[in-house]
Amino acid sequence: MNTLIFLIPIALFLGALGLGAFLWSLKSGQYDDVEGAAWRVLDDGDDKPAR
Amino acid sequence: MSCCAPGTEGAVEAERASHALPSSEELMLASRMVGEGLRQVDLSVPGVHCGACITTVEGALNALPEVARARVNLSTRRVSVVWKEEAGGRRTDPQAIPAAIRATGYDAHLFSLAAEGDDALRNQLIRAVAVSGFAAMNIMLLSVSVWSGAEAATRDLFHWISAFIAGPTLIYAGRFFYRSAWNAVRHGRTNMDVPIALAITLSYIVSLWETLHSAEHAWFDATVSLLFFLLIGRTLDHVMRDRARSAITGLARLSPRGAMVVRPDGSRDYRPVEEIALGEHLSIAAGERIPVDCRVIAGVSDVDRSIVNGESDPLAAAPGTRLEAGAMNLTGSLTVEAVAAARDSFLSEVIGLMEAAEGGRARYRRVADRAAQFYSPAVHLLALASFLGWGFYDGDWKHAMLVSIAVLIITCPCALGLAVPVVQVVAAGRLFAGGVMVKDGSAMERLAEIDTAVFDKTGTLTLGKPRLVDRDKLNRAHLALAAALAAHSRHPLSVALAGANAGPAPVIDAVTEVAGGGLEAVTAQGVLRLGNRAFACGTAATGEEAHGLSEVVLACDGKVLETFRFEDALRAGASEAIAAFRRDGVEMAILSGDRAPAVSRIAGLLGIGRWRAALSPREKTEAVAERAAAGHRVLMVGDGINDAPALAAAHVSIAPATAADVGRQAADFVFLHESLEAVPFAYETARRAGRLIRQNFALAIGYNVVAVPIAILGHATPLIAAIAMSTSSIIVVVNSLRLRGRLPAFAVRAADEARPVKPMVRAA
Repeated sequence: MNTLIFLIPIALFLGALGLGAFLWSLKSGQYDDVEGAAWRVLDDGDDKPAR
Repeated sequence: MSCCAPGTEGAVEAERASHALPSSEELMLASRMVGEGLRQVDLSVPGVHCGACITTVEGALNALPEVARARVNLSTRRVSVVWKEEAGGRRTDPQAIPAAIRATGYDAHLFSLAAEGDDALRNQLIRAVAVSGFAAMNIMLLSVSVWSGAEAATRDLFHWISAFIAGPTLIYAGRFFYRSAWNAVRHGRTNMDVPIALAITLSYIVSLWETLHSAEHAWFDATVSLLFFLLIGRTLDHVMRDRARSAITGLARLSPRGAMVVRPDGSRDYRPVEEIALGEHLSIAAGERIPVDCRVIAGVSDVDRSIVNGESDPLAAAPGTRLEAGAMNLTGSLTVEAVAAARDSFLSEVIGLMEAAEGGRARYRRVADRAAQFYSPAVHLLALASFLGWGFYDGDWKHAMLVSIAVLIITCPCALGLAVPVVQVVAAGRLFAGGVMVKDGSAMERLAEIDTAVFDKTGTLTLGKPRLVDRDKLNRAHLALAAALAAHSRHPLSVALAGANAGPAPVIDAVTEVAGGGLEAVTAQGVLRLGNRAFACGTAATGEEAHGLSEVVLACDGKVLETFRFEDALRAGASEAIAAFRRDGVEMAILSGDRAPAVSRIAGLLGIGRWRAALSPREKTEAVAERAAAGHRVLMVGDGINDAPALAAAHVSIAPATAADVGRQAADFVFLHESLEAVPFAYETARRAGRLIRQNFALAIGYNVVAVPIAILGHATPLIAAIAMSTSSIIVVVNSLRLRGRLPAFAVRAADEARPVKPMVRAA
């Protein structure tokens, strides 16, 4: 029971971190062109994401 | 995926460059303002498939002075270009953009789905899926420890944590269902969302009540995972939803706003088309559209009547010729007499046909909606019956309440909600990989039902561009001479003739183009004429022969040197497509606006027995409607403006990406590659999707048949509910994924051919 006091908040926090990261990546347009991004990483002149 | 190989044959390039680029007018209308004198247009580039393609296309576009920025999206095979309205002090011609793409060897089409990309509701739904997924995961973790036998105090703590996670999730992610259910209830109707909203709300409230009283069972996990699965289904369904679209605005844009009226005293006056009265004389310059139905009284010209008959060959207009509103005057200026008011003119008639046809299409009800119609009342009745049944049986109304909630949760249409959209999204992905864009899910359902396929000829079964017949049998010198003359004209036959000459051509200057006749040049050998027989041979005119081929005659001083015959080449894969439909037992017919001999020739080549020629747009629509009235479900494949009403009137319709904008808008499917095999491919995929949807329904209903009695008997603990719900949903999704698979040969070939034609350095 004692361990639960901090383990559960940690678990929830980490989960929320993952959720936040997903929502951020969605918002910053990282899923707009998944195939293209894989190729663009090879292009020297193109080092920043769209928009 | 293989990467771009350098250097492919010029023939492919010539072939690809042959069909028309989107016109400046269309590009301008399709673009949108993005501020500061910039406009953005999205083009479909089906050929891009690797990093080198991205670099080539973006490099070519960014090299143009008028382009501000260009970005290729490899996943959607599109490029969005932002261009300046004015560059270097003059207005930009947007046609330079597709031309630059074409110059790199890729094809570019103007093709857009309405409001694709910035779809606010879709993004909200995806966020809701993410949030409910997070909540479901955490609550499920806590529930697993409860099921494995946590002691009472820990269990209560876990229930409380679950309640705190589930509450906000229900409000945030469940709002789509609440809103829709409220809308339905307020109007005295019921839909799938009513039992969903009831189930999640009641189960949450009861679980909260149980938690307050330290009871053993709480249904927070079921509530939230239900929401999660349903939201996945809802999101996919939204992607495949019916898009509100209309081809009518595109048609209306073809209508000129006004015309130059010539008064009897010779003065001129520009007036709106609505005010043009019968019998008034109008002056129409080259490059203008005909404002109202009229008869030519003076002048000669070539008129593009593709809006009427879908043919690319212009009509030679001379005094007495009748012209329809919307046709394009190409070469000379004309004086005409109005024979109909604007509202009775040809174009208004076509718009009227479209309106009628689009209204009829809206009556189709999707499979999921038809299922919901029976499902939702059945669920309500079942839950109510178990509530009353248990209440009167043992008098324990709280237990009765719990059982009826369990029934609502168990019957909740998770698997049903996923059954249709998952299949349709997978099918749309497969179609996209094969170069076919589908506009919405209902189109796929309708395509699976067809038993008759009706084709347009020019531009659909054929490429709609003339090709020289028997080139090797012609006199080389004559061909070179003719090509030299033809190079001076934009007439489709001239372009084909100029393109057919492989060797060097003599240089001929001072070529004059005689509207409605042909080309003439005075040279040392004599007067050379290239054109129709009557023109080339002077008075010795004979009627056009009924062999179905267009011909051009080269004559010197009225003596025939050579006769060039042109055929309209069949589209690649046309015979394979027809054979595939024949194997499937689909009836076929050709409806064409072209002359009978030409249609008969193509019908003979393909072995299609039923064909009708020289049809107006109205007759085409009526022919489609007749088949429909006879109980057939008709697939219409066509490309022209003249096909648009028939495309809208048919049960389902397909257009090539090269079609007129109005045709593409009216069609349910658009195929991007040249091969007509895309049509049977779409049909086959749609039928397989239909089969999978029925299987999914069977699976979902079968699951209910097993699970509902358990729930009604009161044995549905949270554990059983969670397992039953998740497995049925997962089985349905896995079953749908079976639709993925190898692409047909034509699609693979098309992807291989779509390579850049010039050598280039790989990006890496």
